[in-house]
Amino acid sequence: MGNTGAAASGPLVAYDPAGFFCEMLGSQDRPAEHTQGIRKLLGALDLGDLRGRARDAELELYSFGITFTVYTQKDAIDRILPFDVIPRVISAEDWKVIETGVTQRVTALNLFLWDIYHDQKILNDGVVPRELVEGNPNFCPAMKDVDVTKGTYVHINGTDLVRGDDGRFVVLEDNARCPSGVSYVVENRHLMQRSFPDLMANIGIRPVSNYGQKLHDALVDVAPEGIPSPQVVLLSPGTYNSAYFEHIFLAREMGVPLVEGSDLVVENDRVYMKSIDGLHPVHVIYRRIGDDFLDPEAFNPDSVLGAKGLMAAYKKGNVTLANAIGTGVADDKAVYAYMPRIIRYYLDEEAILSNVDTHICREPEGLAYTLDNLANLVVKPVGEAGGYGITVGPRASQAELEKCRADVLADPANYIAQPMINLSVCPTLTDEGVGARHVDLRPFAVTGRSTWVLPGGLSRVALTEGSIIVNSSQGGGSKDTWVLE
Amino acid sequence: MSRLLSRYAEAIYWMARYIERAENLARILDVNETFSRDSRGWQNWQSILQLYRDEERFSELHEEADADRVLYFYTLDQSNPTSIISVVNAARANARTLRPLISTEMWIQLNIFSNTIRRLKREELTEPRLARFCNSVKEACQTHTGITEGTFYRDEGWFFYQIGRCIERADQTTRLLDVKYHLLLPKEESVGSPFDVSQWNAVLRSAAGYHAFRRVYPSGLNQNAVGSFLLFHSQFPRSVRACVREIDTRLTELRSRYRLKGGSKALEELDELCAALDETNMDEVVSRGLHEFIDWIQVRLIRAHAELGTAFFGYPSMPASDAAD
Repeated sequence: MGNTGAAASGPLVAYDPAGFFCEMLGSQDRPAEHTQGIRKLLGALDLGDLRGRARDAELELYSFGITFTVYTQKDAIDRILPFDVIPRVISAEDWKVIETGVTQRVTALNLFLWDIYHDQKILNDGVVPRELVEGNPNFCPAMKDVDVTKGTYVHINGTDLVRGDDGRFVVLEDNARCPSGVSYVVENRHLMQRSFPDLMANIGIRPVSNYGQKLHDALVDVAPEGIPSPQVVLLSPGTYNSAYFEHIFLAREMGVPLVEGSDLVVENDRVYMKSIDGLHPVHVIYRRIGDDFLDPEAFNPDSVLGAKGLMAAYKKGNVTLANAIGTGVADDKAVYAYMPRIIRYYLDEEAILSNVDTHICREPEGLAYTLDNLANLVVKPVGEAGGYGITVGPRASQAELEKCRADVLADPANYIAQPMINLSVCPTLTDEGVGARHVDLRPFAVTGRSTWVLPGGLSRVALTEGSIIVNSSQGGGSKDTWVLE
Repeated sequence: MSRLLSRYAEAIYWMARYIERAENLARILDVNETFSRDSRGWQNWQSILQLYRDEERFSELHEEADADRVLYFYTLDQSNPTSIISVVNAARANARTLRPLISTEMWIQLNIFSNTIRRLKREELTEPRLARFCNSVKEACQTHTGITEGTFYRDEGWFFYQIGRCIERADQTTRLLDVKYHLLLPKEESVGSPFDVSQWNAVLRSAAGYHAFRRVYPSGLNQNAVGSFLLFHSQFPRSVRACVREIDTRLTELRSRYRLKGGSKALEELDELCAALDETNMDEVVSRGLHEFIDWIQVRLIRAHAELGTAFFGYPSMPASDAAD
């Protein structure tokens, strides 16, 4: 790797990206010049030092209650992403593309949602199949003609990006419901600042610590009109939820109460929280529970996580929910395939960030192509989250391929297929030294009056060698993500 | 207008109570082990069961109240809700709920404290090692108190913390006195005997009051002096009177500073309690019966707690009748 300027000493000496595009070294065609300074500083450490500091970071996470040792694993309710100490670094030029691309995408998503819940022009014009939207389990008929403040449905969005062999970022998936992970972006940075202050010296890394204030500003922006200082709260399912740590983080950073459904009460279509001095009005709810659980009166009658009457208050415009109800239809894997057309339709622009080529099995040509090329494709069910139900063609056995074929044939509309992408790698500390592990990136966009993208993002890393599934439930970890100035 | 959630107020109040309870339990186990070991054998361990009125629950689980079983019951037995491990776990669970409100340092210390206890095995906690364990619990509780003093933002939540801590402390002190006076009541001939004195010594030390007591009473150690000290001495931080005054002051301050409507009934209970502690002397207590007096204090504390619950935590209203008396 001589021409990419690999370190002459230090932990990266024996590092080999195995032919993949590397976040630290780049590729033959695109060497990563922006990481030169960091590589030099990394080179000054030895592997033992790196491991020592990684252990300190682990201990800190343990004391913090983020991770648990084996002793208490059985009652660990905060099992969380392992942390890798080698940062993932993004150049200012690459970031510009991500930032404008994500903003464009979120803008289109919001316009799309307004449209499908109002005039449905895009359906009437036949750009997106009506059945795909109205027949979607995440389409919420109760949202028809509900006017959300500032036209914003998706206040918090997470866009999953990956980088292929050519080094271009492409969109793998949109997360427009309750995208999680932003707390790791900020906490990982704090952890790095404590463990590796020397590595960050004079690099020029854009800060991520103001996320909470930006989010609070945006939520105040979208409060019901005419409230001088709106009360924002964060609604959590409670302490046993696996993302509770993040809920705490967000509430603390915004300086707002973290409430549970039982703390809320709706009277005369207005929402209140139960305080020590009686009922206190609530105007904006950043809710971290799914649509179905928000209001037992309007949705799932068995839910104890929400508040009875919330939907009525929402429809009257007395309270803002972030994200809005019914956004799940927009981040569906099937609708995803139409995103380039959706962007063109509303903004008259080409998508700045491309989709991965997607074959829609509900369409005959897509189905035929998928069945003919099963062994070369990644087949995904459209309804599943968390990396479940995915068949990676090139790595599947004959039996797995046959099962996949049968599943797709039984319910074509439930599947999409994409070419296998050689996810980029990042040097990662492993038991065997520093090895190449695949990563993705989830930037977070916050939208009130306008959209702001946090300069950073969650870099998830598949800790198992060769694996391309980065989800925490399947052995994923995370890295600090540095966007350079 | 206050924005503190009722659920949080309750959680803070109980977090403080749990820590105070863990500290007192550690003190009582430690002192019992150190100062009364040679006198009556197993009966000493029985006395702790009496102190907490746990005899029945304990005997359902164990045939015999020997040192090993009683110690396990009060230290690492998670099936016993009043064991140190259960109380510390409960404090941690509350702290987790309160993470948005308490300081990160408070949380980290409690998390490490509870993780440390959870790692202990029964074999590691035999009688000879008890003192060290009790000390570490005491120290962790005091560290918690210190971190709280130095880092906890002093809004409404802080007042509930102080109130919870003092209610628990007052209650623990009354229990300590009660068990000595009422349940371990010595036979006439043994009053003033070396064994009797050593038990009073243990009571004082359980309340961390031995040295302070000595400064007030340079010579002698008898039941009236100890009782008076633990009940009425206004400068001793664990005396019932000092605790009740503190609760009364904090609650008054909380209500006026945040203009809270609720809490007047709790204040009435506390005022009555304050007045009784101000005006009663030890001779009167002894002639009325100490156990009866202590019982009366405990009932007032329970009622004050219930009134706080109704006013601030969303508990259902108290029944109008005086059934609790």
